[in-house]
Amino acid sequence: MKASSDEYKGVWIVSEHRAGELRKVTLELLGKGRELADTLGVELVALLLGYHVSGLCKELIEYGADKVLLADDPELEHYRTGTYARVIADQVIKRKPEILLIGATYMGRDLAPRVAKRLDTGLTADCTELSIDTEKRLLVQTRPAFGGNIMATIVTPQHRPQMATVRPRVMKAMERCVGKKGEIVRVTVSFHDEDLRVKVLEVVREAKGSANLEEADVIVAGGKGVGMPQGFAVLEELAGELGGQLGASRDVVDAGWISSTHQVGQTGKTVSPKLYVACGISGAAQHIAGMKDSEIIVAINKDPEAPIFQVADYAIVGDLHQVVPVLTRKLREYKKQVRR
Amino acid sequence: MHIIVCIKQVPDTHQVQIDAETGCLVREGVPSIINPEDKNAIEEALRLKERHGGHVTVITMGPAQAEDALREALAMGADQAILVTGKGFAGADTWATCYALGQAIRKLGNFDLILCGRQALDGCTAQVGPELAEFLDLPQVTYVRGVEVEGKTVRAKRSLEDGYELIETQLPALLTVVKDLNVPRLPSLDEVMKAYREKEIKIWGAEDIEADPDHIGLRGSRTRIVRARTPEFKKGKTEILSGSAEQAAESLLVIFRERHII
Repeated sequence: MKASSDEYKGVWIVSEHRAGELRKVTLELLGKGRELADTLGVELVALLLGYHVSGLCKELIEYGADKVLLADDPELEHYRTGTYARVIADQVIKRKPEILLIGATYMGRDLAPRVAKRLDTGLTADCTELSIDTEKRLLVQTRPAFGGNIMATIVTPQHRPQMATVRPRVMKAMERCVGKKGEIVRVTVSFHDEDLRVKVLEVVREAKGSANLEEADVIVAGGKGVGMPQGFAVLEELAGELGGQLGASRDVVDAGWISSTHQVGQTGKTVSPKLYVACGISGAAQHIAGMKDSEIIVAINKDPEAPIFQVADYAIVGDLHQVVPVLTRKLREYKKQVRR
Repeated sequence: MHIIVCIKQVPDTHQVQIDAETGCLVREGVPSIINPEDKNAIEEALRLKERHGGHVTVITMGPAQAEDALREALAMGADQAILVTGKGFAGADTWATCYALGQAIRKLGNFDLILCGRQALDGCTAQVGPELAEFLDLPQVTYVRGVEVEGKTVRAKRSLEDGYELIETQLPALLTVVKDLNVPRLPSLDEVMKAYREKEIKIWGAEDIEADPDHIGLRGSRTRIVRARTPEFKKGKTEILSGSAEQAAESLLVIFRERHII
């Protein structure tokens, strides 16, 4: 809604949880939210929607929330656009926060634009930086565009709340403050018929045939240097030893060597793991755009001129088919030693 | 079935230019393509038409050159193409874009299904689809990698981080699709020629779609770009781990321990 800044106060985040646990991105939102709320001198509120989820309130408070708005209802058990948008929009209209943050997850990117349109306000997607312009009392939102080739800084000057989805694994959660006290407010929910139009028939978690790269701490990725589809087996073993996921460049996905769920890059997934091991990947700009925010990048490639070496922290000019199995073996030996 | 596909012509993302004054992307003079996921949307619309009968309308909001994107869609097999264009539409954020598309769709009249690509290569927001669904009061399913229509019911396979969910809803509805959905067909040279020679593109301006000038373009945008910069790709120094495979692997092991990977 178009609004004067005075009417709208408070920083809100939308919690995301699964199988009875808060997802990491929620703690990250609280960490950043706390910082923004303190700068503005306002309260930090966590919205918690679900069914039989009141047990999560304590954790939300201990990770930074001053207040939890709890909507507990059987219709909220599985995420659906209509039901979640209804609850959130109603609460925003009633209580008027100036900032609303949602994780840029599959849920968040489905939900946030729906809510933003309903509230007639601006939304910035996939933010990697957030700060406050204290003079203008504006949320300054920075996010990658053009597949990461541009960093755009955006504000919502006249409409409230200022909404943003936040990229997971970028913001920092606070230290948990056990025993911290906060307010829990149970909100009543009522749905319109149109909120219930969508039915979730089934939810299928795929252990194999799917790769949760966005949340992985370690990714071992392969490109054309892998040689053939079976070549990924050695990378998979290394990934296993490191507790990581298997990634791939666009070339090998297009060639049919591995499924697109593993693809990292502009038209694949954007990842920011602690460790990214690029094996036999030349480093095309569109691939680098998808993994350059990794904390540690190791590149293994036969070609000393490969562009991937420009972004790597550690470079090995060599044959991945020799280096990777040796590394896997050494990791196994090391773990055996440590266990003794 | 009347299926509407919203597409966007996007610049080749390897070449970027920014207007220093407005902070907006300068699209003229840069090579352009149909946004890849929008092509998947066109393909799915054509498959549904082939299965269930009906017609496919492709619509885009953009500068005059966006006509080429529409021609390509017509060559693939779309029946009708609409270009929403005019100075007032330039510089739109997703809010103003969805408003313009929504007004145009309202003018089109009855439809059963709207298909959009999940997100565009340039903006990467994935916002227009869901915002449009809200504007038109339609149920939405995003990240769709499988679609089945039976009468008035649509069943969609929606990707999750680590799997998928099966969603069911009633038409009319809006779906945003990902590239796993299908492989878009390549039109023959003949079909491309026909698209340029015989098929007509409707051009609609702000007045044709009864657009409020305060709701379109830069003026209608709720967000403002204040700065755009090219980020540095270079990290710090690159440390070369030399020697044999054995030695390089040993060095990595030490690094993994130091950096608490293991």
